[in-house]
Amino acid sequence: MNDWPLLTLLTFTPLAGALLLLRVPAPWVRATGRCISALGLLQVAWLLTRFDTSSGALQLVQKVPWIPSLGVDYFVGVDGLSVLLVALSALLVPFALEVAGAERAGDRNFSALILVLQMALFGTFTALNFIHWFLHWELALVPAYFLIKLWGREDRRGAATQFFVYTFGGSVAMLVAMQAVYLAAGTFDLIQLRELAASGELARRLPERLPGWGENLGLLLFLGVFLGLAVKVPLVPFHGWLAPTYASAPPCVTLLLTGAMSKMGVYGFLRILLPVFPHQTQTLLGPLVALAVITILFAAFAALAQPDLRRMLAYSSMNHLGYALLGLLVAMDPAARSIAGASAATTALSGVVLQLFNHGLTAAALFACVELLERRTNGVSRFDQLGGLRTVAPVFAGLMGISVFASLGLPGLNGFIGEFLIFAGVFPIAPLAALLSLIGLLVSAWFLLNLLQRVFQGPLVELGRSFTDLTVREIVTLVPAVTLMFLLGIVPQLALAFINPTIQRFFTPLTP
Amino acid sequence: MTPLDYGELLRTFSTELVLLFLAGLVLFLDLRRGLGETVACRTRRATGLTAVGLVFAGITLFAFPPLGDAPGGTFVLRSLTLWLKAALLILSFTSLLLLADTEFTPHVGEFCALFLLATEGLLLMVGTENLLMLFIALELSSLSLYGLTALNQRLRTSTEAALKYFFVGSTAAAFTLFGISLLYGLTGTIQFSTLATRASALTGDPLLWLALALTIAGFGFKIAAVPFHAWAPDVYQAAPGPVAALVASGSKLAGFFVLLRLLQTGLGPLAGSAGWLQFTSGWLPVLAVLALTSMLVGNLAALAQTSLRRLVAWSAIAQAGYALIGLMGTPEAGEPALLYFAFTYGLAVIGVFGVLGVLETSGEPDRFESLTGLWRRSPALAICLTTFVLSLAGIPPLAGFFGKLFLFIAAARRGGSLELLWLVVVALGLSVVSLYYYLRILKPVLVADPATDSRPLNPPPVTLLTLITLAAALLILGCVPQLLFLGMAWLSKQ
Amino acid sequence: MLAWTLYLSFAAALASFGAARCCPALSRWIALLSSLGGLTLGIAGAWALPSGGGLLTLVKVPWIPLLGAEYHLAADGISVVLVWLTGLAATAGVLFSWNVSHRAGEFFGWYLTLVGAVYGVFLSWDLLLFFVFYEIAIVPKYFLIAIWGSTRREYGAMKLALYSFAGSAAVLIGLIAAYLLVGGNTFDLTHLSTRPLSEASQSWLFGLIFLGFAVLAGLWPFHTWAPTGHVAAPTAASMLLAGVIMKLGAYGCLRVALTLFPAGLAAWAGVFGALAGIGILWGALVALRQTDFKFVIGYSSVSHMGFVMLGLVAGTSLGLSGAVFQMFSHGIIAGLLFAVVGRMVYDRCHTRNLDELSQQRLAHVLPFTAITFTLAGLASMGLPGFSGFVAELQVLTGAWTRFPVWVAIAGIGLIVGVAYTLRVIQLVFFSGETTVPSPAPSEPLEPISLPEKLGAGMLLTATLVVGLYPRLLLDWILPALQTPLFAELRRRTGW
Repeated sequence: MNDWPLLTLLTFTPLAGALLLLRVPAPWVRATGRCISALGLLQVAWLLTRFDTSSGALQLVQKVPWIPSLGVDYFVGVDGLSVLLVALSALLVPFALEVAGAERAGDRNFSALILVLQMALFGTFTALNFIHWFLHWELALVPAYFLIKLWGREDRRGAATQFFVYTFGGSVAMLVAMQAVYLAAGTFDLIQLRELAASGELARRLPERLPGWGENLGLLLFLGVFLGLAVKVPLVPFHGWLAPTYASAPPCVTLLLTGAMSKMGVYGFLRILLPVFPHQTQTLLGPLVALAVITILFAAFAALAQPDLRRMLAYSSMNHLGYALLGLLVAMDPAARSIAGASAATTALSGVVLQLFNHGLTAAALFACVELLERRTNGVSRFDQLGGLRTVAPVFAGLMGISVFASLGLPGLNGFIGEFLIFAGVFPIAPLAALLSLIGLLVSAWFLLNLLQRVFQGPLVELGRSFTDLTVREIVTLVPAVTLMFLLGIVPQLALAFINPTIQRFFTPLTP
Repeated sequence: MTPLDYGELLRTFSTELVLLFLAGLVLFLDLRRGLGETVACRTRRATGLTAVGLVFAGITLFAFPPLGDAPGGTFVLRSLTLWLKAALLILSFTSLLLLADTEFTPHVGEFCALFLLATEGLLLMVGTENLLMLFIALELSSLSLYGLTALNQRLRTSTEAALKYFFVGSTAAAFTLFGISLLYGLTGTIQFSTLATRASALTGDPLLWLALALTIAGFGFKIAAVPFHAWAPDVYQAAPGPVAALVASGSKLAGFFVLLRLLQTGLGPLAGSAGWLQFTSGWLPVLAVLALTSMLVGNLAALAQTSLRRLVAWSAIAQAGYALIGLMGTPEAGEPALLYFAFTYGLAVIGVFGVLGVLETSGEPDRFESLTGLWRRSPALAICLTTFVLSLAGIPPLAGFFGKLFLFIAAARRGGSLELLWLVVVALGLSVVSLYYYLRILKPVLVADPATDSRPLNPPPVTLLTLITLAAALLILGCVPQLLFLGMAWLSKQ
Repeated sequence: MLAWTLYLSFAAALASFGAARCCPALSRWIALLSSLGGLTLGIAGAWALPSGGGLLTLVKVPWIPLLGAEYHLAADGISVVLVWLTGLAATAGVLFSWNVSHRAGEFFGWYLTLVGAVYGVFLSWDLLLFFVFYEIAIVPKYFLIAIWGSTRREYGAMKLALYSFAGSAAVLIGLIAAYLLVGGNTFDLTHLSTRPLSEASQSWLFGLIFLGFAVLAGLWPFHTWAPTGHVAAPTAASMLLAGVIMKLGAYGCLRVALTLFPAGLAAWAGVFGALAGIGILWGALVALRQTDFKFVIGYSSVSHMGFVMLGLVAGTSLGLSGAVFQMFSHGIIAGLLFAVVGRMVYDRCHTRNLDELSQQRLAHVLPFTAITFTLAGLASMGLPGFSGFVAELQVLTGAWTRFPVWVAIAGIGLIVGVAYTLRVIQLVFFSGETTVPSPAPSEPLEPISLPEKLGAGMLLTATLVVGLYPRLLLDWILPALQTPLFAELRRRTGW
C-alpha cells in the first residue's frame, strides 16, 4: 500500500539540494541552502498536518521491493515513535545553517554536507527495513566525518577518524548479528521481525536455521546489535569518541551531532533492539539498567569535571540520553506486565520519545549558543577564560540561560515534561534505578548552574571587553527555538498527541 | 609380404635415391664451378640447388605410392612413414634455408652433400623396422652430422664440439650395436614384429634387460636425454646454425620416432610399469628415470646459462624429457602426441637458430646482451623470436603448448588409473621453472631499450621469409592443431 | 554477438601492434573503440540469453577431435555479468592510459590481447579452451608490467608470471586427471558436470584445482605476487590486473572446481574458508601499515578478494551470488582506486610516498581527484549505497551459517578497512590543512583531463548504480545459479 510518497520526497529533497549546491555560483550558495532546508521544513509541516494523531499505526507508508533475494525492500513510514524525530531533523538543519554563519554556510561543500546529513537523518528515522535503515545509518557518518575533519578545531587530529571508526565498528557488529536474524527469519523487514519475535516464532527458528550454537545464540546476536547501538548513544564504556569529537567539531555541527544524530542510537533501541530481542532484553535487564544508570552518573560527574564548555555539554548530552535509555528499559521489566506496571511503562515510553525531541531541541540551542559565544571569543570556550559576560551581553545571557534551564528540567520549559514522565514511569518499576538517577539529575543541575555561573556571572574577563551582544539576526535565529521550549513546556500535549497512540500499540507486543 | 622386384624397389626407394644423387650432384657442381667465386655466392647457389632438390625429393614421396614392406622389414611404408618422411624433409629444408645468407666455411659443396646424407640417414631410420637397417641408418646420419659440426670454421670450438660429438656418438653407437646383437642372440630375429613375440617369452631374463638398456642408451644419445647429453651443449653452441638446427629438429624427431617404434612395437610386452610406487621392471621405469633426470638437469642447468645457444641446448635436453614422458603413453595416444610435439618443437628450434644466426652474421657474440633492444632494431625478428620462445615455453595459442598437452595426456592415459600422473606433475612444475629462463631471453628482446650505439638489423630476405613462415606455422598449428593430424590422415590414405 | 567481444579485442590488438611503427597515436583510438565496442556488445548480447537463467551457446565447433575438445563459447548470467565488468574495466583503463606515449602501439596491443583473453575465459564452455585463454593472459601481463611499469617492474612482472603459471600448472594437472577419469573424450563443461566422479576423486581434484585458481585470485598465503605486481604495473594494467584478472582465478574456482567437483567442497571448505578469512583481515592490517600509496590499494585488493573466496566456499546461493557480485563490484572499485593513485596522483606528483604527498595539499590542487578518491574509498569500505556493501552483505550472510567465526573476522577486517582508507584519504588529500601552507609547487599540476574524468565518471556511476539497484546484476546471477549446472552443488549444500 503506497500513499503519496511524501517521505521519499522528503528524504531526497536534501540530496537534490546538495547536488544543486555543487553547481550554483558562489554568491547563491547560502540562499540555496536556506531554501532547501526551508523546503524540508515545509514538507515536514505538511507531514505533521497529514499525520493522523488518533491512530497509532504506521502512516505514509511506501513499500517497494528492492533486493528480493535478500529480503530487502524500500520500506518507509512514520508513526508516533519517529514522526517527531523527523520533525527534529527538519528543524535543526536550517538552525544549524543559520548559526554557522555567513562564511561557512556560504561554502558550498559545507552546506552540501549538512544537507546530505539531513538526508541520512530523514532516512534513518523513516526506514522500516533493516538494510535500508542501515544504509542511512552508515551514510550519516560520511558527512559528519568530513564536517569534523575539514571545519573542526586544531586538536581534531584523529577525532574525526576515531568517531568514524568507533561507530563503524559498532555497526559491523550490528550488521553481522542482523544477518543471522535474517537467516533465521527470512526477512529484514523490521515490522515483520517484530511480529515474529513477539509470537516466539523467531526464537523457534533460530536454533533450527542456525544449528550448532545452542541456547545462547539469541543472546549473542542481541549483544551484537546492542554494541552497534550502544556506541552511537553512547553508553559507557563505548563513549570514548564522544568528548574528542564534540570538542573538535564546530559547534554548529555538534548541534546536529547531539541534536539529531545521537537520537539515532536510542531510536535504534526502540525500533530494532527491543522489538526483535524482547526476551534477551528481559534476560539482561538487570545489567542493562545498571549500565544506563552508570552512564547517567558517570556522565554527570564527568561533566562536572570538564574545563571547557563543549566537553561539559557533551557529557551532559550523554547524561540525558541515559535517562531516555532507562525509561526505555523499564518498559521491558516483568513488573510492567501488571496493570499498574503497564501504565507506568507507557508513561516512561512516552517520556522517552518526548525527551528525545526535547533534548534535541535544547541541546541544539545550547550548542548554538556556544557557537555564538566562540565567534566572539575567537574560539575560546574554556571556563577559566570566561566570566561575567552577563554584563556585556545580557540578551545572550538570557537566551542561553533559558536553554540551560530547559536542559535542567525546569518546569515550564520543555525539558521538564520528558524527564518527569520518565521518572514517573521508572519509579514504580525500578525504584533503585530511579533513585540513583535522581542523583544524576541533581548533579546535572549542579554543573549546569555552574556553567551559567562561570560563564555569565562574576567579574568580567579580558575577552569580555570585546564581547558584543547578539545581533538582531542572531536573536531571530535563537528565538524560535526558545519559543518552542516554552511552548512545549506549557502545552506538552502538542507533542504528546503524536506520540501516545503509537506507544500503546508499541508496548503491547513487547511484553509477551 | 609380396616380394618386390627391383623396379618396385626403386620406386619405394625413390626419395632416398634422389637425395643420394643430389648429394653427389651438389658436390660435383660446387667443385667444378665454384673455384673462382666468393664463398657467399657459392653458398647461395649450393643452398638453392639443395633446396630445390629437397623439394623434388618431397614430390617423389607422393608421386610414388607406398608398396608395403620390403623383405625382412628393411623398408616399411606404414601410413605414418610418409608423413614422417615429409616432416623430416620439411625440417631439413627449413634448416637448410638458414644456410643461404651465411658464409662460415669455404667447403660449401661438402657441407651440402653431408647435409643431404644426414637427411637421408634420418629418412632411412624412420622407414625401417629392421634392427640392422636401423643401425646403418643411424650411423649414416650420425657420421654426417659429426662432419657437419666441424665445418663452422669461424669458431675454433667447432672442431672440439665435433670431436666430442663423435666420441660420445661412437660410444653410444657401440652400445646400440652391442644391444642389438644381444637382442638378436636372445630372440633370433632383427625384425620388430617378430621381436615382440619372442621377447615376451623371455621376460625376466636379465640379459634381455641389459640388451634393452644398451639399445636405449644409443637412442638416448640421439635425442640428448640425460645421461647421454654431454655432447649437446657444445654441439649446439659451436656447430654452424643450419647444422645445429637439423640436430635439434630432424635428428630428434627421427630419434623419438625410432625409440617409439622400437619400444612400443618391438618390445611392447616388456613395458613394465612406472606408476608411482608401483614400479615393475620394464622399459617404462627406465624411460621414467631418463625423463625425470633430463627434465631436472636440463631445466636447472638452463637457468644458469649466459650463452644463448647453450641455453637452447639445455632446454632441448629438458624437452627431450617431456617427449620421453609422451613416449611412455599408450601407443594410440603417444604416437600422434610425440609426432606433433617433435615436429612443432623442431620448427620452433630452427626458428631460434635462425634468429641467432642473423645476430651472428652481423657480428654479435652469443650472449643475452646481443638481443638487447631487438624490438627496435628489427621488429620482425623480435616478433619471430618471441613466437619461437613462447612456443618452446608452452604458451598457447602456440603449438608448443599443445605439444606438451598431448604428451602429458598420452602419458596419463597409460594404465587407466593415472599412474603416471606424478611424472606429469614434475614436468609441469619444471615447466614453470623453464618459463623463467624463456622470459629471461625475451626480456632484452622486448623490454630493454637498445644500446645507444646499436644499429638496426636487417635480416636477409630468405632467412626472414623462412622465419616468418615458421612463426606463422607455429601459430596456425597451435590454434588449429587438428591440421597436422588431418595432414597425417590424408597422407596415410595416399 | 557476445563472441564478438573476443574477436574484436584480438583484431584490435593486431591492428594496434601494426600501428606501432607508423602512427602510435591511432592505437589508443583503436583501443578505445574496441573496448567500448566490447562493452556495448556485452550489454546487447546479454539480451539473447534465455530468460529464467539458461545457457546461451554462441559457437560450438569441433576443435581437436583427438582429445574431444571443442571450440565452444557459451554464456550464462554469471558470464555475462563478468563480461560487462571486463568491458567497463577495459574502457576505463584505456581512458586512463590516454597519455601513454612510450611505445604506445605495443602497449595497447598487449592490453587488448589481455582483454581478449579475458573475454575468452569468461565465455569458454570447453575446459581446454578455458585453460588456453587463461594461459594466453599470462604473457601480455608480463610485458605490460616489464616494459611500462614502475617500481621494480622486472621483478614484479616475473613474479606475477611465474605465480600465475604455477597456479595454472596445478589446474592443468587437475584438468587432465579429471578429463581422463571421467572418460568420454570430452572437455565440455555441461557434459562433465553430468558425470560425477567418485567422492575421493572429487575431493582431491577440488583441492588441487581450487588451489591452482585461487593463486591467481590472491588467496592468502599465495597472494604475494599481487601487491608487488600491481604496484609495479602501469595504471591501466593495475586496473585490469586487480580489477579483472584476479577475478579470472575466482571465476575458475566457481566454474570448474565448484561446478564439477562439489563433493570436494565439503572436505576443503574449512581450509579455504579459513584462508579467505585470514586474507581479509591480514590484507587490511598490512594495508594499514604501508607508506606507499599504491601498496595500500594493492593490499586492499587482497583483502577484498578474500570476500570473493569466502563467498565461494560458503557454497550457498547467497554466498555465490555475493562472490560474483563482489567480483564485479571490486573490479570497478579497484579500477577506480588504481586509476586515482596511478594516473591522477603519481603521474602528476611523481611520488607515491604518503608523507610526501601529505605536504602537497592535494584537496585544493586536485579537487576532482580528492572527491573521486573519497567516493571510491567509501565504496571500498563497503559503505551502503555503493556496490561493495551489497556484495559484502551477501557474502557475509551467505557464509554465516558455515563460517560464523570467519564472518566475524571479516567484520573486523571491514573495520580495519575503514581505518586504512580514512588514513590514506586523510594523508594524501586532506592533511597539510593545519600546517603552514607549503610553498606553491614549482609548476602547477596538470589539470585532470577529459579522458580521466570520463573514466572516473563511468566507474563511479557503475558502482553507485549497482549499489543502489543491485537487481541489475542479481537478476542475471541468481537465475544462473538455479540452472542444472549447479544442481549437484545445490543438493549438497542444501539451498
